[in-house]
Amino acid sequence: MKRLPLILLGGIALAIAAACGGGAPPQPVTPQPNADSIAALERARQDSIDRAAAEARAREEAERVARQRAADSLAAMGRTADAVRTMLATMIHFDYDKSNIRSEDAAVLDQKVAILQANPNLRIRISGHCDERGSDEYNLALGNRRATAAKQYLVSHGIEAGRIETVSYGEERPIAPGHDEAAWAQNRRDEVEIIAGGDALKQP
Amino acid sequence: MRRLFLGLGLLSVGPSVRPSAGQDTSAIDRGVRIGIIYRPGVRPGLVVLPGPAPALDSVRVIIARDLDLSDRFELITLPGGDSIRVTAASPALPGRPATGGRGGAAAGLNYPLYQALGADFAVGIGVAADTTVLTVHDVAAGGVRREVRTKLPPLKDAGFRMAVHRLADRILEATLGVGGIAATRILFVMDGRVYMIDQDGADRQLVSSSDHQAMSPAWAPDGRRFAYMEFSAGHGQLFVQPLGSGKRQPVVTTGQALDFTPAFSPDGKTLAFSRATEEGTDIYTVNIKDNCCLQRLTVGRFSDNLSPTYSPDGQRIAFVSTRPGLPQIYVMAADGTDQQLFAPFDYGVTGSSNAPDWSPDGQSVAFHRDVAGTLQVFVLDVRTRAVRQLTSLGRNEDPTWAPDSRHLAFVSDRSGYRQLWIIDLETGRIRPLLQQSGARLPAWSPRLPETASSTP
Repeated sequence: MKRLPLILLGGIALAIAAACGGGAPPQPVTPQPNADSIAALERARQDSIDRAAAEARAREEAERVARQRAADSLAAMGRTADAVRTMLATMIHFDYDKSNIRSEDAAVLDQKVAILQANPNLRIRISGHCDERGSDEYNLALGNRRATAAKQYLVSHGIEAGRIETVSYGEERPIAPGHDEAAWAQNRRDEVEIIAGGDALKQP
Repeated sequence: MRRLFLGLGLLSVGPSVRPSAGQDTSAIDRGVRIGIIYRPGVRPGLVVLPGPAPALDSVRVIIARDLDLSDRFELITLPGGDSIRVTAASPALPGRPATGGRGGAAAGLNYPLYQALGADFAVGIGVAADTTVLTVHDVAAGGVRREVRTKLPPLKDAGFRMAVHRLADRILEATLGVGGIAATRILFVMDGRVYMIDQDGADRQLVSSSDHQAMSPAWAPDGRRFAYMEFSAGHGQLFVQPLGSGKRQPVVTTGQALDFTPAFSPDGKTLAFSRATEEGTDIYTVNIKDNCCLQRLTVGRFSDNLSPTYSPDGQRIAFVSTRPGLPQIYVMAADGTDQQLFAPFDYGVTGSSNAPDWSPDGQSVAFHRDVAGTLQVFVLDVRTRAVRQLTSLGRNEDPTWAPDSRHLAFVSDRSGYRQLWIIDLETGRIRPLLQQSGARLPAWSPRLPETASSTP
């Protein structure tokens, strides 16, 4: 592009010479810029631009990597908290009209003991639930027994009683909607919810 | 109709012969024959006379239905409905002087005719100016037994039906000398809310006033208030609420415990209830007038004690206790002393027994018991401590006594889904109260006072 005006100038000069006609007049000597030096200048300029861009890219990349690293570690923390929360929320189940902790559920409660020990500010509420077969009002007492049974297990394994509330919902809040053995078995349960100290849960 | 046919057939034999009371076994549900005291042939016949005032037809229909639902009469249907009105008004019939002054079918009824139809009583409903005149005839004695004059609210008024129900109860007093159940209502729970419905299935209305899940409504003996339990913030809170007002009072609480199954003492001053804590569930009482003086009646330790119900004299409380392992029906003095088994059971054989309700006459306690994996309604005779099973079809639970101590409302899935039913223990007649799924935990009111009839 930069060379175009020179060509045009040359063209105009030729046209004038032709229009004047006659013999060859002495060519006016005009100082020509050194094409090589222009290119060199151009290259230098371009190089510095490229360098700056590369530096900026590098900086950005470094920042991005740093951000990613931070995000990754946050996500990892979040994943830990989620995992802990999931472990804590794992339900335990009961036999019909019974409130004793099943042997297979003791391990689930042991996990909760560990979580409560690793997170001293954590406070929980255990709710006891029943299936629809028993008496509506009696089930409130039965659900209370179920919630209390889990609490007693945690307390007997060293958790301070004041950190655990209990409540019973009887058969009022089923999670399985069916009216068969499978649904009843799911509905005879204890649920655990966090009531305080659940923001940054540590893995036990 | 069969009854009428019998009556007409006997007309030629002679009016002095009463037709047999027409035991209609089809009316008895096949699931509830067990333990019903059925006395055929002792119900007096009653006819609701057609009247000259068509404006009163709705009153007549409500009253006839109430009298039918009382299960105390053989209701006699006159043939032809309106046509007999013309016939009866005809001067060709002997023994009926032309009248019109006393409002409706009043004086000068053709008693021998109605006696021949099997009627012991005839009820005329007429109007004089703005007053409704109810005339109760004693057909056998051939005269008017009682006349009731009352100003009914307008048909569209919220208190209209209850005022008419009250008239029906006046007829029971006038004829049999007993209190009726027409002017009563039933509280129940559906979708976590407390509702109220007339005993004839009309006028259903929502009465609980919040979005929280509610349970266990219970009437105050004055029929003006009720108590119920509500789940909130991880515990169960009891409230006492006047009817026709959302202004409820919380009953004293720890704010932590689960309080449930409230029951008023007969004097209305005390509320007994169950409280579930980490020690288990036990029965407490509280003075609801001053919201004070919490008293613990049972100390369960390793058993639960719940669902208190007062005897009508206020001296005793029947309740559920798990001290034998499974829940069974126990009784104690109202101060918590002298706790003992109430409804006998076979250890290891008899299923769980729950939800006791002491009858208003004091003679019976209704409850439900697990029979072969499903619940059935039972009645305990308080004096002999004999237990009889009332139901056997489907699952039947949570019985509640009507103030006449012969009807029970309960929850049954006999029709395929759980809804409210009413059974008459004398005749075994059973009827659905509400054709709606999910209704449960019914509580039958006492006879309602006048002011409670008008609702917002």
